[in-house]
Amino acid sequence: MTNLRAAHIKKRYAAERRFKMYGLLAIMFALGFLAIMLVTITFRALPAFSQTYVKVDIEFSENVIDPDGAREKVQIAKADFQKIVRDGIYALFPEVTNRKEKRKLKKLISSEAGYHIARVLLADDQPDFEFIGTKQSVWVKSSDDIDSFIKGLIRRDVDESRRRVNDQQIGWVDQLMADGRIEKRFNWDFFKFGDSRSPEDAGIRGAVVGSFFTLIITLLLSFPLGVLAAVYLEEYSKPSKMTAFIEVNINNLAAVPSIVFGLLGLALFLNFFGMPRSAPLVGGMVLSLMTLPTIIITTRAALKSVPPSIREAALGIGASKMQTVLHHVLPLAMPGALTGAIIGMARALGETAPLLMIGMVAFIVDVPTGFTDPSTVLPVQIYIWADSPERAFEAKMSAAILVLLFFLVIMNAIAVLLRRRYERRW
Amino acid sequence: MSYLTLFAFLICTIIIGYFIGNRRAVGMRPAVKSKLPENKLHSLPGFHGTYVALWCGIPSLLLLFAWLFLEPSILSAMLGNALGDAGIGLSQDQLELLKGSIRRAAQNSQNPIDDTLLPVVESYKNIVNSTGIGGMVVIGCGAIIGLYFSQKKIAQRFAARHRVEKIFSIIMLLSSLVAVLTTFGVVVSLIFETIRFFGMVSFTEFLFGLHWSPQIALRDDQVASSGSFGAVPIFAGTLLITAIAMVIAVPIGLFSAIYMSEYASPRFRSWAKPLLEILAGIPTVVYGFFAALSVAPMLRNWGVDFGLEISSESALAAGVVMGVMIIPFVSSLSDDVINAVPQSLRDGSYALGATRGETIKLVLLPAALPGIVSSVLLATSRAIGETMIVVMAAGLAANLTANPFQAVTTVTVQILTLLVGDQEFDSPKTLAAFALGFVLFIITLCLNILALKIVNKYREKYD
Repeated sequence: MTNLRAAHIKKRYAAERRFKMYGLLAIMFALGFLAIMLVTITFRALPAFSQTYVKVDIEFSENVIDPDGAREKVQIAKADFQKIVRDGIYALFPEVTNRKEKRKLKKLISSEAGYHIARVLLADDQPDFEFIGTKQSVWVKSSDDIDSFIKGLIRRDVDESRRRVNDQQIGWVDQLMADGRIEKRFNWDFFKFGDSRSPEDAGIRGAVVGSFFTLIITLLLSFPLGVLAAVYLEEYSKPSKMTAFIEVNINNLAAVPSIVFGLLGLALFLNFFGMPRSAPLVGGMVLSLMTLPTIIITTRAALKSVPPSIREAALGIGASKMQTVLHHVLPLAMPGALTGAIIGMARALGETAPLLMIGMVAFIVDVPTGFTDPSTVLPVQIYIWADSPERAFEAKMSAAILVLLFFLVIMNAIAVLLRRRYERRW
Repeated sequence: MSYLTLFAFLICTIIIGYFIGNRRAVGMRPAVKSKLPENKLHSLPGFHGTYVALWCGIPSLLLLFAWLFLEPSILSAMLGNALGDAGIGLSQDQLELLKGSIRRAAQNSQNPIDDTLLPVVESYKNIVNSTGIGGMVVIGCGAIIGLYFSQKKIAQRFAARHRVEKIFSIIMLLSSLVAVLTTFGVVVSLIFETIRFFGMVSFTEFLFGLHWSPQIALRDDQVASSGSFGAVPIFAGTLLITAIAMVIAVPIGLFSAIYMSEYASPRFRSWAKPLLEILAGIPTVVYGFFAALSVAPMLRNWGVDFGLEISSESALAAGVVMGVMIIPFVSSLSDDVINAVPQSLRDGSYALGATRGETIKLVLLPAALPGIVSSVLLATSRAIGETMIVVMAAGLAANLTANPFQAVTTVTVQILTLLVGDQEFDSPKTLAAFALGFVLFIITLCLNILALKIVNKYREKYD
């Protein structure tokens, strides 16, 4: 009998231990997934932070650049710098004469290299034209395939037909390396350039600036509106059918799928009001509608936590309702409201789908300079690159994700700090 | 002239208005100090100042916003006039294209433009300048008129305080109505396009048709008759991916919540809970990236090892990753409701000799069930409305299948692919996106309302 009972208790305890373990396993699964995801993305991002350069001896022959000898910037900017760079790389391997091979050889360096050289040389308003007629060693970017090869992403031991760099090109690269003509540098251009069709020139500057403009609009619209609405609902309104209706609306808006807001933006802002497509202005308006419920809900919670004695004291010495709220209650609730705003902004920063609907998915090279310039935002940039066939964009995407997560971490850290620093317990 | 200058001007007028009102009120303060109300200002000078500032600012700012909204269409209409004969005989699209190139040429003389259009560009520049200046003058005058008339009203017994209070409460009411307006806007913008869609495609075909291929209908220039707007495969695909996501999220989320609330030490809880919530804060495009580039190839390789054929855009990859994403939605809500179960129920169960696990299974979970169900419903609505993961990982093929290894498509993916890119707003293809959006909105709305109802009902039990 006692044995039976002991066995039973043992079984129950075993069940208890198992049950507890399931819980721990569940948490570990979730956290493990998070860790694996972040580590994978970080490792995939590493190649994007460096860029391979090739040293090419370029002859800036006067015949090609400035045949008239007029030394005019506008004319020279139109010159065929691409040809000069091409000739430079051909000169490194004089033995290559076959057209087909020459084309392969040309593909060692970035297809945009000539434009870059022209831009650097002609950067000033009054550039000195001393470079014309000289021969100089210039470091130019390699093409994305060679870059991937140098970084080991394209492996030698794979069958030639299955890799994008053929044996001959590898031979050239080896020779260049032996001559010390290949160098890896930190890829500052990733932070300086806008989007580009060639991965070696693609950067996130345009997307970051676009995100910045969009978030400014979102903040300017949603924060005042959200705080005022919260004050009305918490301090002014009496329980009525209308207040209840407003509250139901706010709660529902918080749960509406984001893509539906995109449909709203498309149908209302773009088609009905005729606002510009792809503009941070419209993006910010759509996102502010999405963040509004978050801000209202958190601000209301913050207002609720201000003790009634503060209000009573203010009203007691003759302050008006508005004075009570603006001078006393709202300042005390401000840290809470700001925390809510930052969390809402963080969510808006990561939002993609509604912005795709209002056309922020366009391919835009220029960095936007205003609220109505066509632009894109960071998460959409990631999505655009995900659609590109070039393998090198994979690293760019991961790097862009890291930048996005970096901004999110900062915003959330500010929110936590605000809460820690200013939260008062009454 | 830029709007920034105008805006700065308005701000200055508002500040000046405040000081004028303030000064005037101070000047009206009676010299005799007495308690009699007739001998006192009705309101403090600050209220008078605010009153003037409000009258100065609100009408002119409203005018400014209205102008910002209307200016593009006004300019476009005037450009149409300026084009005159050049615009005749062009289709709507060509006309827009022409207007666009004129606009660009007017902005920057470097932009290429046909020489015959140069006079139009010049006159357009003039139009832009004159309308711009006209608008600004009107807005500026609005501010000054507001200032003039409101400061005239200031008098010793003028109830500025009451007026200001009233205006403020109206502003607050209006801002809280924005939420209502948004819902209204969503419903209206969806419903009109949906009705137009059902004018072209029959309702039953959309809801019960088994074949979805909107592209074909466009190419053959046929409306509806091609019979390709049957949305069942899309709904089935959404259901499949959501089901996979819930199979992952519900047990893991629930077990995490149980462990967090009943077993974990406060120290473990204090770091594990925020970490778990990070999962909800990561942008969905990141999950999409991970699903498409890491999870899907991995599943594919496993499939090869086990002799299964797993498509590289399988429902499984999207579903699993989405499931992980919504774990925190299930866990934090369930955690709250489990914590809210009164301690007396636990104590009673322990006193009867039950182990912790038995208490949880037999007492806490049944007591917390309504809250848990509602958290699962909320998570489901999240999963149905989730876009980026499925767009990047689940593919576009509208297969009607229950096989998680195949590619399926979802409502959100279809909305996105139908609307991104060039659109014409009278083809059933684009309108179908709005119909799908409407279905999505209704379903998530119902789920949310149901969830809230369940939670509210449950709350009454213990409070």
